[in-house]
Amino acid sequence: MSSPAPLTVAARSPIGSFSADAFAAHMAKQAAGPAWWLDRKRAAYNTYASLPMPKRTDESWRFSSIANLTVEGFDAHAAVPTGVAVGSPFGPSALTFVNNQVMVTLTDASRPKGVVVAPFSSALQTHGELLRQHFMAQPQKLGSEKFATLHNAFVNDAALVYVPAGVELIAPIVITHIAAGPTTAVFPHTLVVAEDNAKVTVIDYFVSADEGAHFACGANDLYAGHGAQLTYIGAQHWSRSTLSFQFNSTVVRRDARVQSLNLHLGARQARHESLSQLQAPGAFSEMLALTVADGTQEFDQRTLQIHQAPNTKSDLLYKNALRDQAKTIFSGLIIVDPDAQKTDAYQSNRNLMLSEEAEANSLPGLEIQANDVRCTHGATSSRIDAEQEFYLQSRGIRQAMADELLTFGFFEDVLNRLTSEELHTALRNLIQTQFTK
Amino acid sequence: MNPIPEPDTLSSPEVDEAASNPVAGIDQSVGDFKYDVKYDFDAGTGLTENTVRYISSVKKEASWLLDFRLNALKTFLAKPMPTHWATKDLENIHFDKIRYYLAQGQKPKRTWDEVPDDIKRTFERLGIPEQERKYLAGVEAQFDSEAAYSNVKEAVTKQGVIFVNSTEALREHPEIFRKFFGKVIPTGDNKFSALNSAVFSGGSFIYVPPGVKVSHPLQAYFRINAENFGQFERTLIIADEGAELTYMEGCTAPKFSTSTLHSAVVELVALKGAKIQYITVQNWAPNVYNLVTKRGVAHEEAEIKWIDCNIGSRLTMKYPGVVLKGRKARGEVISIALANDGQHQDTGAKMIHAADETTSNVVSKSISVGQGRATYRGQIHIPKHLKGCKNNTECDALLINTNSRTDTYPAITVRGDRNYVQHEASVSKVNEDMIFYMQQRGLTEGQAMSLAVNGFINDLARQFPMEYSVELKRLIDLEMEGSVG
Repeated sequence: MSSPAPLTVAARSPIGSFSADAFAAHMAKQAAGPAWWLDRKRAAYNTYASLPMPKRTDESWRFSSIANLTVEGFDAHAAVPTGVAVGSPFGPSALTFVNNQVMVTLTDASRPKGVVVAPFSSALQTHGELLRQHFMAQPQKLGSEKFATLHNAFVNDAALVYVPAGVELIAPIVITHIAAGPTTAVFPHTLVVAEDNAKVTVIDYFVSADEGAHFACGANDLYAGHGAQLTYIGAQHWSRSTLSFQFNSTVVRRDARVQSLNLHLGARQARHESLSQLQAPGAFSEMLALTVADGTQEFDQRTLQIHQAPNTKSDLLYKNALRDQAKTIFSGLIIVDPDAQKTDAYQSNRNLMLSEEAEANSLPGLEIQANDVRCTHGATSSRIDAEQEFYLQSRGIRQAMADELLTFGFFEDVLNRLTSEELHTALRNLIQTQFTK
Repeated sequence: MNPIPEPDTLSSPEVDEAASNPVAGIDQSVGDFKYDVKYDFDAGTGLTENTVRYISSVKKEASWLLDFRLNALKTFLAKPMPTHWATKDLENIHFDKIRYYLAQGQKPKRTWDEVPDDIKRTFERLGIPEQERKYLAGVEAQFDSEAAYSNVKEAVTKQGVIFVNSTEALREHPEIFRKFFGKVIPTGDNKFSALNSAVFSGGSFIYVPPGVKVSHPLQAYFRINAENFGQFERTLIIADEGAELTYMEGCTAPKFSTSTLHSAVVELVALKGAKIQYITVQNWAPNVYNLVTKRGVAHEEAEIKWIDCNIGSRLTMKYPGVVLKGRKARGEVISIALANDGQHQDTGAKMIHAADETTSNVVSKSISVGQGRATYRGQIHIPKHLKGCKNNTECDALLINTNSRTDTYPAITVRGDRNYVQHEASVSKVNEDMIFYMQQRGLTEGQAMSLAVNGFINDLARQFPMEYSVELKRLIDLEMEGSVG
């Protein structure tokens, strides 16, 4: 008997629309950038071009719908259409990007001296060393090196938020990233550096101006210096035809605290990777996520909490509400390095199943190499309690309304972790849009 | 065919026979001896089509079985090592240096007196006949490739229970066993199930007729004696409608300087309303690669329970599974793993729900001592349109020393809104207050530690037969010696 033929996937170009010509055209517009910036882009492009597309057997892509991933048919240089107007539920945006170009810059005279909120197009000249030190400086450990290098190669304009030591900002800094046009590719990037004892809240809002089939390949770098407090909100509201990737890297230094909350609503298929490195004693990373998945959407979330120093803490809570034929994947890993004694790590994935055809996959993992630790994780998938459901029905509440109430009830403890009432309300309103279509 | 054994020499005479243990396969030192045995049948070193043909011809097998083996060999050679998710230590297995078949004779002895002296001594030191006298309903002892001794109490035989080795079963009862053979675990399930399918020898085949409840456990005992040897036993247990059975297996091997491979396939079939309880106490020497595929199919209202204890071996990869095929079927895995220096216990469970109202429960506790590494890997699968399925998984890991390691990698897929799954895991060290309290009451730190560790696994250890659980406690005391501080 001959051995069975290997499962072959129809040959797809590993480069697709992001050809050498497209890259050369991109680099022509970057000519004013510093040498290190151009060198990194060239190296990133070469890595992107040499790496294969993810395979079905890749452990870091387990359960993902590999067949629907593509780099074909997108336009990396889509022009900015006129009359794009998208309001942000989070208030006025300090920076607004449309199709990779900064369109609006709101200056705020009340900001303390030394705070920088600037597009890379100017920051590369004025704060080159800072960008060089922090921009995509952390390793890619969650499986998407190909797409992360694509991002690095094609990232055009991006946002820098810099808060000097000891400065506390009260008002959140809102950054809006807009994709417009039928096949536009966007590469949004936000870099936040909060120096020692600084305090800041940054909101990334990702939105499509139309129902185009966009390719969104974004990243953010969060750096919290000693004693800094950084709150980050990422609200993803791309069109339902978008293929979305988002890579987060968080570095937390001594006694610093980072709270991040990612809200996932849009895209046909969205992958979000989040890496938290707890580098010095007293560091704390709180990783929160809320997903409303309906239709045939797929949300693929991969997380890694690395405890590299003793006495560090991480707390992850990812909640997914699933309707229709939606699919979610949560794959999380806590790594405790050999010397990271007294680590306190938590990881939890909760899936609320609101339909017979939804599918939730959980891969909650632990790799512990120190003994004096407290590490727990949990994963649950279920519908709500039958009695609660009966109660709602007996009060004449329709299924759609019941789903909405249940989802908000389910999400409430995550939203309550935010101290800002305004943020809480803005997020609730955004979630509400998923139920009023 | 019944050879006269050569005068044998005892290779490790320093082992104190009096101190050897009454229960097979528990004390790690009790299995550490070997005899020089002259083998009448030896398939040589390395694996080729000729090795497979040799094994098949020695066993006088039917042609369908030879074809089955040859196909399996092709599958084995075609499949890559699963190192994209498993440990790279697998690459240290040299398939060309392993001996795949060694046997003294082809027919197991029915009375103890007939067993060749050297093999008899091996098993007596490990307590086999003694165990049987005590309470076992039947026992089968495998020495390298073939069963050396097999005895089933008359009462059990009268009930219609068939308990023989795989060779006899496929030759004498093909009408019963061929139907299920290789169906629960297909050849191509993984690289090592394919290897086993190509070169399997020995193992137990059991059939329990409808409604028969076997009151005492059936036991098998596996022994590797030769260096560079690979043991590939194959076990198939069928409990017909309403039947009940408990099966226990133990394993040991002497310590050799080179590594040894044990790769078994165990298939269980519980028909409507049947219950199978399968207990394993694995205590291979710390240079054995123990790569085992175990799976059961539970039909309507049937129950399969794996009770699995892994103490020995260099690397164990074993994820007992249950396919819950009939309505209200129930699957359970109770797992204890102890990983000491140089050991990697990669264990877990697999629950495939395939019918409504099926339930499964996984409770796993692992202890990592010194530089030992314990890994839990699990898979829970509840497909679309099933309702009323429930799974509960709990994994707790205890780390004793600062450089101990533990990992947890569960994979849970749930479709639909009428099922309920929960998974919880925790990692901790022994509570310092607890140790302090006990030391204050006059216990040494070591004693306090042993007590705490025994307390950690106590609720699971109680599910083992009494002799095993007593020994488990004693062994943990031994393993904990000198591990504190």
